[in-house]
Amino acid sequence: MKDVVFYFQVHQPWRLRRYSFFDIGRSAHYFDDAENARILARVAAKCYLPMNRLILRLVEQHGGAFRCAYSVSGTALSQMEAWAPEALESFRRLAATGCVEFLCETSHHSLSFLGDENEFRAQVRAQAALVERLFGRKPTAFRNTELVVSNRVARLAEEEGFAAILGEGADHLMGWRSPHHVYRPEGCERIKILLRSYKLADDIAFRFSNRAWDSWPLTADKFAGWMGGLPARDEVIGLFMDYETFGEHQWADTGIFDFMDHLPAALLARGGLRFATPSEAAARHDPVARLDVPNPVSWADAERDLTAWLGNGMQRAAHDALYALAPLAQAAAAAGRPDLLESWRRLSTSDHVYYICTKWFSDGDVHKYFSPYATPYDAFITFMNVLDDLARRLRAAAPAAEPVPSA
Amino acid sequence: MLGWEFPPHISGGLGTACEGLTRGLASQGVEVLFVVPKRWGDEQAGHMRLLGCEEVDAPADGGATHPAAAVLAAAAAPGAQDAAAAPASLVASAAEVAPAAEAAPPPGGRAALASVLAVDSTLTPYLDEEEYERLIEALGPGGGAARLRASPRVVEAALRLAEEFPSLPELRAEAERAARGARLRFSGHYGSDLLAEVARYALAVGEIARRERFDLIHAHDWMTYPAGLLASRLTGKPLVVHMHATEYDRSGDHPNPRVAAIEREGLHAARLVVPVSHYTAGILKRRYGVDPAKIRVVHNAVTHREQQQAWHVERAIPEPVVLFLGRVTFQKGPDYFLEAAARVVAAEPFVKFVVAGSGDMLPAMIERTAELGLARHVHFTGFLRGKDVERIFALADLYVMPSVSEPFGITPLEALALDTPAIVSRQSGVSEVLAHALKVDFWNVEDLADKILAVLRHPALREALVANGRAEVASMHWDVSGAHMLEVYREAAA
Repeated sequence: MKDVVFYFQVHQPWRLRRYSFFDIGRSAHYFDDAENARILARVAAKCYLPMNRLILRLVEQHGGAFRCAYSVSGTALSQMEAWAPEALESFRRLAATGCVEFLCETSHHSLSFLGDENEFRAQVRAQAALVERLFGRKPTAFRNTELVVSNRVARLAEEEGFAAILGEGADHLMGWRSPHHVYRPEGCERIKILLRSYKLADDIAFRFSNRAWDSWPLTADKFAGWMGGLPARDEVIGLFMDYETFGEHQWADTGIFDFMDHLPAALLARGGLRFATPSEAAARHDPVARLDVPNPVSWADAERDLTAWLGNGMQRAAHDALYALAPLAQAAAAAGRPDLLESWRRLSTSDHVYYICTKWFSDGDVHKYFSPYATPYDAFITFMNVLDDLARRLRAAAPAAEPVPSA
Repeated sequence: MLGWEFPPHISGGLGTACEGLTRGLASQGVEVLFVVPKRWGDEQAGHMRLLGCEEVDAPADGGATHPAAAVLAAAAAPGAQDAAAAPASLVASAAEVAPAAEAAPPPGGRAALASVLAVDSTLTPYLDEEEYERLIEALGPGGGAARLRASPRVVEAALRLAEEFPSLPELRAEAERAARGARLRFSGHYGSDLLAEVARYALAVGEIARRERFDLIHAHDWMTYPAGLLASRLTGKPLVVHMHATEYDRSGDHPNPRVAAIEREGLHAARLVVPVSHYTAGILKRRYGVDPAKIRVVHNAVTHREQQQAWHVERAIPEPVVLFLGRVTFQKGPDYFLEAAARVVAAEPFVKFVVAGSGDMLPAMIERTAELGLARHVHFTGFLRGKDVERIFALADLYVMPSVSEPFGITPLEALALDTPAIVSRQSGVSEVLAHALKVDFWNVEDLADKILAVLRHPALREALVANGRAEVASMHWDVSGAHMLEVYREAAA
């Protein structure tokens, strides 16, 4: 019996407003509330609400045989609380079915595992508490920002008490091995890693509406047929993807909702396949081997590495400048300014350095990634201006703190 | 090909673009005869025939003999280029697709791939009439050794053209004068204003066109449009007009109405119209009502020079240097540069600003500098050329092109080729082809100041702009523009 594990990622960043050098010292208004609210409302209407409705119906229709998981970043949750409470409520209804698992991640969808491990632990604990408060259950499985895994990240997750971690089944990581098993990361004793079956997951997430694809149109029966044809020894099929696949990346008129509507029945009808949440799948299967992940592996781009976030000098400068302030941000919070720590954490969201990526910009392929900025240079300038202002406010709030060394 | 200037005797980007484009065309096997008002003799024009109008030794009747063969032979002979020269030039382009043969061509035949004809003239393309008057006065009476006369057929065609296009009454006056046997001079004895020079240039080109063999006429900017029209009438060859800068770019909402009218007549009469950017194409549609169906954008490119690696300017001063380089005129936005400088200095006093160039706004800009309390921060160098331009680019930490309306704007590419990052206004053609520059709306001086400060404060930003921008500039070649131009020629000649 193979476990089919659907996990959907839900995330929204706090996008910055146009913040110039001349705002430094004058304005602590960093975030573009109107734009953030507008985007959240749009995504809620096109994706979260209709898809949550569908998932809830599927869970009820199949009497618990259909199961899946979500990870919702803390930044997305706080935006929903503010601007789309009905979307948050629909996630809570899913949690209440007992068939939908909510994973843990860093509260601010950050790269803190690289920048500051204390901050990483703090964000993981903050998110775990938030998930428990909103969805009624302490999370037991962890997924890191952009599905980044390394031996070290897995070890940190294990130390934080998680039984499972999710990762990318990248070719260069797996080699001849199949991503359709549970493994144990090198250097860990208890935690198990579930891997994304990227070919099958991307058939849905990226290729579904591509008419040039030789398998277009993809139907639930066709996809179920592929799953049924997998080797008998395969145990776990990780279908991990952005939730915005449904209704945003693939518009409703592509038939993506109908596809998902019919997929559970088509899969369950085949026999030998069942749905499981990540924690259930990890509990059922023993690791077949150790998996050595010395360098971070992500689910992004062909490279499956961190170059989309830290690939150029501006990104590294921004990342370094941000984390140089981490101790000061903690000190400011301790000195009675948790709002400044929250602002700092919102800047730690990985989207901010992603907007500074120049990988595709030279080719004029600026539409390959979504960015509120016209150019990566604008993204860098805005981020550094905001960070400059925040640094001044942090120093004023925590005057006793050690001077921040320049990174 | 009809053009007004050719390097190194240039007052702006027009001549540089003409040089690059003719080289790009030569690489496509196109033979170009480039006619300038005056040839100086030190132009690097081995890739084409460069002819100054005063080199044409025309008999009074002009029709009986064929001196063109002699001119061609002289141009092809070694050392002939040193013999005659003139300041501005009318370019007649022969769009013949032939294998690019650099070997010595037969004398009298299609000699070099291109040549320049010089017409003795005081015209420079960016002067307005007032500036021009001052220049004429400074030159005093007398001028080049003009020998060319217009033949009766050219005079007759010019008179007909003058009736159809009333925006240039000087054409009638000059044609009548030529009919009385006057030689075509270009130095100011008769009618010391720009438009009369344009009219005489047209007559000279008409005369040259009768004697040369070519397939197509390509005219650069309004000064050569009447000439292109006249040559097209006389020979029946199609006319393509290039737009490097419109009167609205130069003068904003207060154009010289006669210049704008000449532009409009040329644009409407031409078979195809070639603006240097989509930005300029928009102006042609909006301001001149040009039919979009006959507009073909051909972007400028960059001439890659080997010696550019050689500049390692030793830093003489510790302050970062922010550079403005261009004519100090309304079009180039020097006032926005100063306003941004004031904001930068308020935040970061340890910065120098250099204004390199001259123009009608220079006195006002110097005054404004004092008013803003920037006298210690802003330095005016006057007009720079050649090596001095490269040196100042290499010395600067940042180049700013805040143009109000810039049809193309090649200077940011030159800056990047010398490892200096650039900020360009969005009201420019170059912003269409250059991804790796910072972009601002020219009026938004706060945004400009913000970006100047960002480049000065963040080495990572500067390094990224330079590394990515340099690679981008290295990928821009005139060969590509030449190939696009050839497509336009084929279409126009079809």
